[in-house]
Amino acid sequence: MKNASMEIQTAGEAHDQKIILTTSPHVHSNWSTKKVMWFVTAALTPAAAASVIFFGFYQLLIIITAVFFCGSTEAVIQSLRKKKVTVADGSSLLTGLLLSLTLPPGFSLAYTALGSIAAIGFGKQVFGGLGCNIFNPALVGRAFLQAAFPVAITTWTKPNFAVDAVTSATPLALFKFDKILTPLSRLLLGNTGGSLGETSAAAIIAGGIFLIAVKIVNWRVPVSMILSMLIFGGLFRLIDPVQNPDPLFHLFAGGFMLGAFFMATDWVTSPVTNKGMLIYGSFISLLIILIRVYGGLPEGVMYSILIMNGFVPLINRGTQPRLFGLVKGGTE
Amino acid sequence: MLLKSFHGGVHPPQEKSFTKELPFEKMKVPSQVIIPLLQHLGKQAKPLVKKGSIVSEGSKLAEASGFISAPVHSSVNGTVTGISREAAPGGFPSDSVIIKTDERTDKINLVPLDPCRVSAEEIVERVKNAGIVGMGGASFPTYVKLKPPAGTVISAVILNGCECEPYLTRDYRFMLERTNDLIAGLKLIMKALGVEQGYIGIENNKPDAANLIQQRLENEKSLSVIVLKTKYPQGAEKMLIKAVTGEEVPPGRLPPDVGVVIQNTATAIAIYDAVVNGEVQVTAAVTVTGRGVISPKNLIIPIGTSIKDVLDYCGGLTGDAAKVIAGGPMMGTAQYDLSAPVVKATSGIVVLTKKDIDAKEETACLRCGRCISVCPLNLMPTRLARYTQLGNYELAEASGITVCMECGSCAYTCPANIPLVQWLRLGKQKALQIQRESLLQKV
Repeated sequence: MKNASMEIQTAGEAHDQKIILTTSPHVHSNWSTKKVMWFVTAALTPAAAASVIFFGFYQLLIIITAVFFCGSTEAVIQSLRKKKVTVADGSSLLTGLLLSLTLPPGFSLAYTALGSIAAIGFGKQVFGGLGCNIFNPALVGRAFLQAAFPVAITTWTKPNFAVDAVTSATPLALFKFDKILTPLSRLLLGNTGGSLGETSAAAIIAGGIFLIAVKIVNWRVPVSMILSMLIFGGLFRLIDPVQNPDPLFHLFAGGFMLGAFFMATDWVTSPVTNKGMLIYGSFISLLIILIRVYGGLPEGVMYSILIMNGFVPLINRGTQPRLFGLVKGGTE
Repeated sequence: MLLKSFHGGVHPPQEKSFTKELPFEKMKVPSQVIIPLLQHLGKQAKPLVKKGSIVSEGSKLAEASGFISAPVHSSVNGTVTGISREAAPGGFPSDSVIIKTDERTDKINLVPLDPCRVSAEEIVERVKNAGIVGMGGASFPTYVKLKPPAGTVISAVILNGCECEPYLTRDYRFMLERTNDLIAGLKLIMKALGVEQGYIGIENNKPDAANLIQQRLENEKSLSVIVLKTKYPQGAEKMLIKAVTGEEVPPGRLPPDVGVVIQNTATAIAIYDAVVNGEVQVTAAVTVTGRGVISPKNLIIPIGTSIKDVLDYCGGLTGDAAKVIAGGPMMGTAQYDLSAPVVKATSGIVVLTKKDIDAKEETACLRCGRCISVCPLNLMPTRLARYTQLGNYELAEASGITVCMECGSCAYTCPANIPLVQWLRLGKQKALQIQRESLLQKV
C-alpha cells in the first residue's frame, strides 16, 4: 500500500491528509485468517467442554499441552527458517486443539507434546507452512502417535457418569469385536468411551452447524459425507444385517462427526471447487465404511481423510468450473 | 418469489442511504475546468481550439478521430488557457483543454428533433455528434453500440438500472426524477436499433423506482421492468443478460453476439437530452458520497470540474477521510491527485474513511475456495493469481484469465486478504500481450 501525501483545500482551510492508494475493490468483507481461526475455535468449545465434563479435569491439561506445543513448534520452526512468526493468526493453535480432541482421555502429556510437534513439524511446516500443506496437520500428528504409541492411544477410560453396562471400550470396538451395540441416545449425548472430541456427537454437530451458518464450513463436505455414509452403510446393512449395524450408528459413533465437521472441512486440505467437495466427502465415507467393516481397526475416519487429502489436487484439477458462456464440449 | 439473477457474486453493504433521498442539484460553474480529450474507449479526440480561443457552453473543443472515438464539448463559457497533459480520474494523465470561465451565460445547442418522427440514422448521428459515451463504466462511444456490424441481429435492448455498486444513487435518482424521459430514451435506443423488445433491469433494493416505471409502462406491450435480485455485480453486462434473457455471452464475445444491446440508465437520459433537447454531453450526473465527505449530494456537474472543487462544494472532507474514489468502491479508481476532473462517465465520487477500508493483514492462501464460488464468470481466481505470481502467463491464459472483468468479488470475499484483482490484472495484461504477439507472428 502506498501513501500519497497531498494538500487538500477543504472548506476554506488547507490541511495535509494522507490519501491511500490501492487498486479496486476498495471495500472488503470483514473476514480475516485470524477471525476464521477464532470462529472455528469457538465452534469446538462445546466439544472440548463435553470432554472435560465426561472425562475429568485432566483432559483440559491435554488440550492446553497440545495447543502450547503446536504454537511453539510453529514459532521455533518459523524463526529457524527466518520467516515471519505467524502464531498470532491462530492456525497452529487450532491444530493443537483439534489434535487434542482426537486423543484418548488420560493420554500422556509427554506423548501429547510429541504428537503436537509432529503435527506442526511434519504436517505443516515441512511443506512450507500455512496454506501449503497437503495433509491435515492434526491428523498427521494423530497418525504419528498411532504409529509410535499404539497401545497408549487405544487405552480408553470410562466416562464419569458410566452406569454398570458402560465399559471403557469405544462403541465401535464394542460392536466390531463383541457385537455389542451402544444406544444412539448415549452416542449423541457423549456418555461413552472414546477420544476427547468423539464423545459427544451433539456438541460437535452444534459447533458444525454454527460454522455452516457463518459460511466457514461449506455444507457440501459434511452433507456429502453423511449421505454417503447412510447410502454405503445402508448397503452393508442390507447385505448382512447381523455383521453390520444400522447406518445411523456409523454416523454417531467414533470420530465421524468430528471428522465430517472439523477435519475433512479444513480449507487447506480439502478441494476448492463445490463439485470437488461433494466427490471428496463421498469418498471419505466410502473409505471409512470399508475400514470399519473389513479393516483390522475399529475406526477409519483419520486414515480415510488423510488418504482423500492426497487426492485433493487431482480432484481440483478434475472439477474446474465451466467458464461462463462456454458451451459444454464447445471449442470456443 | 424466486428473483432472477446469476450464479456467484457477493453482498457488500449497500450504503446508499447517504444520498438516496436527495434530488439532483446543479453545481455552480467553477472558475476553471480541465477537459480531457480522451473520455472514452478508443482514439483521443482531435482538438479544434488553441490557447486564447473563446468558447461557449456546448461548443465543440475536439472532434472524433477514427471509427471508435467521440467529440468533446466545452462545459463552460470561457477562454482556453492551454492544452496540456493533466491528471485524469482513470489514473493515467491525459491531454486536456484548460478553460478559464467568464461571466457569459451562452449555451450552444443542436437542433431539437421530434422523437416521433426522427429516423434511426438521425438518432445515431445525433448521439455521435453529442459526444455521448456509455456511462456504466467502460465509456464506450454510444453510437458504435447503436450501429451493430452488418449481419448481427439484435432482438432486445436492456436498460441497465441495477446500480449494483454500493454507495451510488445516480441511476436511482434518474429513474425517480426523469421517469418519462428515461422511457423515451429507451424507445429512441430501440428505434435506432430497429428492435421491438425492451427491458429495464432493476435490483429489488429499489422497489419504488421499479413500481414507478412499471406504472408508466402499463400501456406498453413491448417494454417491461425486470426486477432482479440485489447482488453484486448484477449490473455487469454478462450477468444482466444472463438474468434477463437467460443467455450466456461466450468468453471474448460481446452482448450483440447473443442479440442484445445494453445501455445504462444515465446514457438513455443523455440520448433523450441530445435528441429531444439538442443538448451535447457537457455535464455528468455524479453521486458524491461516503462517510469521508461532509455533506453528500447527487450533483449535475459541468464536465472538467476538479474533484477538489466538487468536494469543496459538498462541504469538504472529514478529518478521517482516507481514500477518494472516482466511481464505486468495487471497481472505481483511487485518486492520487484531486485536481483530476469529473469526466463524462464519472458516476460517483466516494470518500471512504480509515474505518471503511480497515485493511487487514494479508496471509497465505487458505484454499477455502470462496473466490471460486463467488466468481460470476466461473474463473478460479486463486489459481490465476498463483500462475501470475509464478510468471506462468500461458497457463493463466489457458485458464481463462483474459475473461476476467475485474469486478472484485474475489478480493472482496477473500479471508486471507490477498489482492486478487491486482494479480489478475497483471496476469491479464501479460496474457493479452502474449495473444497479440502470437497474432502478429501469424501475420
